[in-house]
Amino acid sequence: MTDTALPKTMPETAPSPLVAGARHPIVAFIQRLIREKPLGAFGGGLFLIFLVCGLLANIIAPYAANETNMALRLEAPSLSHWLGTDHLGRDLLSRVLIGAQLSMMVGFLAAGLATVVSIVLGLLSGYLGGRTDMLIQRFVDAWMIFPDLLLLIVVVSIVGSGMPQIVLVLGLLYGIGGSRIVRGAVISVRENMYTHAAQSMGARTLYILWYHILPNVMPVVIVLFTTRVGAAILAEAGLSFLGLGVPPPAPTWGGMLSGDGRTYMYMAPWLAIAPGVCLTIVVYSINVFGDALRDLLDPRMRGSR
Amino acid sequence: MSEAVQSATATPLLLVEDLSVSFRTDRGTVRAVDSVNLHVDAGETLAIVGESGSGKSVTAMSLMRLVGDNGTVDSKRVLFDGIDLGALSEAQMRKVRGNRIAMIFQEPMSSLNPVLTIGKQVAEPMVLHQGLSWREARRRAVTLLQRVSIPDPEDRLDSYPHHFSGGMRQRVMIAMALACDPKLIIADEPTTALDVTVQAQILALLKDLTRETGAAQILITHDLGVVARYADRVAVMYGGRVVETAPAHELYANPQHPYTQGLMASVPSLDGDPGKRLQTIPGQPPDLANLPPGCAFAPRCPYARDECRQAPPPLEPIAPQHLRACYGYE
Repeated sequence: MTDTALPKTMPETAPSPLVAGARHPIVAFIQRLIREKPLGAFGGGLFLIFLVCGLLANIIAPYAANETNMALRLEAPSLSHWLGTDHLGRDLLSRVLIGAQLSMMVGFLAAGLATVVSIVLGLLSGYLGGRTDMLIQRFVDAWMIFPDLLLLIVVVSIVGSGMPQIVLVLGLLYGIGGSRIVRGAVISVRENMYTHAAQSMGARTLYILWYHILPNVMPVVIVLFTTRVGAAILAEAGLSFLGLGVPPPAPTWGGMLSGDGRTYMYMAPWLAIAPGVCLTIVVYSINVFGDALRDLLDPRMRGSR
Repeated sequence: MSEAVQSATATPLLLVEDLSVSFRTDRGTVRAVDSVNLHVDAGETLAIVGESGSGKSVTAMSLMRLVGDNGTVDSKRVLFDGIDLGALSEAQMRKVRGNRIAMIFQEPMSSLNPVLTIGKQVAEPMVLHQGLSWREARRRAVTLLQRVSIPDPEDRLDSYPHHFSGGMRQRVMIAMALACDPKLIIADEPTTALDVTVQAQILALLKDLTRETGAAQILITHDLGVVARYADRVAVMYGGRVVETAPAHELYANPQHPYTQGLMASVPSLDGDPGKRLQTIPGQPPDLANLPPGCAFAPRCPYARDECRQAPPPLEPIAPQHLRACYGYE
């Protein structure tokens, strides 16, 4: 009934705000991002390039990441090896691309896990309040006493290095810390009249959390996610630099910086420059993008700057 | 639905006996509602009148048992349609909320969720209580929006609350309240945030719809003009207690509690002497955390005697249907 009635009446009766909102909201948002936050849009675009490179690394990499060629050791950048080769004659461009893939995987998986943990803890803590809130928050306090890197090193030293444990540790680490931010947003949403209205309508707590609270804290969650992607990529690089990250011969950016990059810094500076520059650009771009998102999505920040 | 069958004609739809609500706060226990007795007959509109902090909204919320973690509700019994609400579990209570008793709030600007469409929000109670699919509930939402006179309801289903004016949003809230055909609608100052012209429309709509469906209504307000036009009976609250209750016309013609008299006297009137100052009740409303031992109104009452300051007066009939809590001042 609705379906047939809609097209007939829409053109002549729909008031103007509806027509203006007729563009898909995501398209409209991207246009707004480009118009109001050009730097953020630039960062987002840059990050997207790295993301695509990472996703397609296996297809676009000219050589296999661990294919050695002893005849071409420490070659300077050339047409056949755009970024040069390392001390085993491996193609640096291919290694940087596969490195992007590893970084993106760690970044997204860890940030994804962190976001889920933050949402669960933040929703329960913020919405239920009282004793539950007290218990969760004291646990978060205790957890945040430990410096991130120290905790990472301890866990990796105990269970050994590898992608799953790094993702797990980073996810929990950032997730528990980030639950504070979600909690704060939940508390302000909880006091809104529509939450009370939902209660008076007989909705159960989980329903209210999922349909009424979560959508209203999504702006905060999205921003939290983007900043955590950058942080996780950086943390993984730091671990790999210390030799505690994804173990060699996997081409991680951190590992490339600390291994060949440092050893051959004077003979073949490109070995350190390529992964270093990539790391810088990726983390910078996602942070700029995250800042822009925060400015656009968080109503409290609206109008400041 | 199964327990909705028999309600004896003699007993009122809602019977509240000795309802008390207290809150633990940093300043000690605040007794917001103190031994309130009320009843609402089927199809009737009861207005609860009182100033801010008199306990009228808390009374309403406590009927739904929604007073928050730091609040405690005590009652001898709250009999609604033959069921003692005080004895229900939280899960059973959820089946009453929004289904048998629906609520309309004061602020239409914030009582709709800004990120959900109107259609979804109107459909929500039917999905929650009647087991309808979202699609079916959405179809019925069109009819509901029509009943509250929202033009082009099909087109409006996909609008968001910010596309609507305050009056329109309150209409949507009314549609949501009517969704499950409740027996009782509690309207907590439904028009306070609206323009005066819109206020009248909303109240008239509410009155028409409750008459149509036979639902009873508790109308919480501090606006005595609203009471006169839309209420059948009135309960006046002061300091967490009911101080006087009577049929609306009787209360206006013959207010018996000194507080009610003070309220009536302080209403500005169009045909009064323009130069005359508005009459006020001296003093301030009582601090609920620190109520006087006797009648809460005694410190402001021109007739207060020693007796009034010792124990609160009971609510007693002084005429058929007319009760007041006062030791008398003749």
